[in-house]
Amino acid sequence: MEKVIEVQNLTKKFGDFTAVDHISFEVYKGEIFGFLGANGAGKTTAMRMLCGLLPPTSGKGLVAGFDIHNQSEEVKRNIGYMSQKFALYEDLKVWENIRLYGGIYGVPEDEIVTKTDELLKRLGFEKERNSFVKSLPMGWKQKLAFSVAIFHEPKIVFLDEPTGGVDPITRRKFWELIYEATDRGITVFVTTHYMDEAEYCDRVSIMVDGRIDALDTPKNLKQQYHAQNMNEVFQQLARKAKRVDA
Amino acid sequence: MSRIKILQTRIQKFLANPQVKTFGSFVQKEFYHISRDKTSLALLLILPVLLMILFGYSINTEVKNSQIAIYDPSNDVVTRGLIEKIKASEYFTVVRMLKSPDEIEKQFLREDLKMVIVFSDHFYENMQRTGKAQVELLTDGTDPNSAMTVVSYASNIIALYQKELFKIQQIPFQIQPAVKLLYNPQLKGPYYFVPGILGMILMIICSMMTSISIAREKEFGTMEVLLVSPFKSMYIILSKAIPYFVLSLVNLTSMLLLAVFMLKVPIAGSLFWLIMLSLLFIFLSLSLGLLISTVANTQLEALLFSGMVLVIPVVMLSGMLFPIENMPHFFQWLSQIIPATWYISGVKKIMIKGLGFSSILPELGILTIMTAFLIAVSWKSFKYRLE
Repeated sequence: MEKVIEVQNLTKKFGDFTAVDHISFEVYKGEIFGFLGANGAGKTTAMRMLCGLLPPTSGKGLVAGFDIHNQSEEVKRNIGYMSQKFALYEDLKVWENIRLYGGIYGVPEDEIVTKTDELLKRLGFEKERNSFVKSLPMGWKQKLAFSVAIFHEPKIVFLDEPTGGVDPITRRKFWELIYEATDRGITVFVTTHYMDEAEYCDRVSIMVDGRIDALDTPKNLKQQYHAQNMNEVFQQLARKAKRVDA
Repeated sequence: MSRIKILQTRIQKFLANPQVKTFGSFVQKEFYHISRDKTSLALLLILPVLLMILFGYSINTEVKNSQIAIYDPSNDVVTRGLIEKIKASEYFTVVRMLKSPDEIEKQFLREDLKMVIVFSDHFYENMQRTGKAQVELLTDGTDPNSAMTVVSYASNIIALYQKELFKIQQIPFQIQPAVKLLYNPQLKGPYYFVPGILGMILMIICSMMTSISIAREKEFGTMEVLLVSPFKSMYIILSKAIPYFVLSLVNLTSMLLLAVFMLKVPIAGSLFWLIMLSLLFIFLSLSLGLLISTVANTQLEALLFSGMVLVIPVVMLSGMLFPIENMPHFFQWLSQIIPATWYISGVKKIMIKGLGFSSILPELGILTIMTAFLIAVSWKSFKYRLE
């Protein structure tokens, strides 16, 4: 299987503090990779390194085939990113948001136009083309933000707690979008606090104190830890954490 | 010919560069942010005009029937004649004849006096003997505009009276009015407010608004997405600065027009250098805004920071309201590191005093150094904060 992320002994130190401690893992094309961990376990730092925002202290990392040490520009061009805050401009219209983000990733102008039509149709947003984002309901904003994040057809999309503060039904619908994206061959790297969402992932890694303590399919993890659900698995692992919430 | 062609193709190439195209749509986006927020836009455009009018006209220029007092120790033909003239004028009402010079200060504090006229001893004798006689015009400088007007009216009356006397007596002599401003020796009228307001407004528009707009992106999480994108962070910052640069040019123009045509403050020196100086100050303010935005993570923080770092020092210490010479040493020293101090001083030199380019060299130099320093520091800390 094609590897889109390869990480070996990736480490980040801030002074004496080792935020990410020699983590190694691989993510395969088209899979949904859940990246779990308690607050302060080093999730965000690891993700920032993978996105080319933060240079690693040591270790190797290839994202979409590019080295995160010295090819961060190429890395950035081949990934998409969405955070909990959705990051749409509220005072811009729906189509203006799409055009802006499309432009950032170098999507040619005529392609932006046709793809915008397609996208709005698929989401059933045709009537909202000229609406300001601030007038959209929460669930719609979330859908739009995700669609914008994968508008340039990245190899990987990083989702940083994309469903934080959203009700369960909207969350369920959002996951349908994620599945659609993987059907198109986009790899999804997602962090979440919701353990029911961890069950939706193909594989899950759980970080404790800067290390990856577990990495497998949800089914295998539940077996290994003799747990009913992912929440129990997570609780067992998180209990071992020595690091106080940063 | 070929050079022009090379330049043309270069420009075309530059404009066709996707990053540059995206930059264009980013600048457009910033303009949308500003123009779609109608309240803020209205405030940004009207506030400078309002401040100009407020400062310009809150100083009352109406001086009919100004109450004055006179101290006349010589009490001779000439002084009595002059007092009659003053009493007859519609501008002045003599409310009191003082008996000793000690009363002057008291009268000023007690009553709504606009001026005290003090004749010298032996006025007529001096005039005949030396051809010169002294009269002192004391005014209340806390109301500088009317103090100026009162003095000029009184000087006119004295000059007319002198001409009349000359016709009758045929002696060449001079009455020398000495003007003394109590309480506000610098005489800050609209002339002196204009440079201060220019400095304050440009600083607010450029620094405060730029820092708030960058902080907004951080607050809404859009900055994070932009940083993850291949779009260069330098372009993000530049696209923020351009709209406010344009806006401050609009404000500069409207304020200068108001100053010249409404407040009748002429631009005595070179308009070109006034604009160059202002541009330099605008660049400085923009980089200061950038620096603030590296520290502030929310719009409120940006607002508070810029309020404390920019507006209050500019108003209190730049010499806009209070003369720097009268400040305690520590504050005098502090005022020297406030960029607006130098800008205001430069504007005064060009606009009011009509001095040339060479006179504002120190201001230009210091502002340039400050700008370079601010750009370097903010650029470095901006990069650092991204990591």
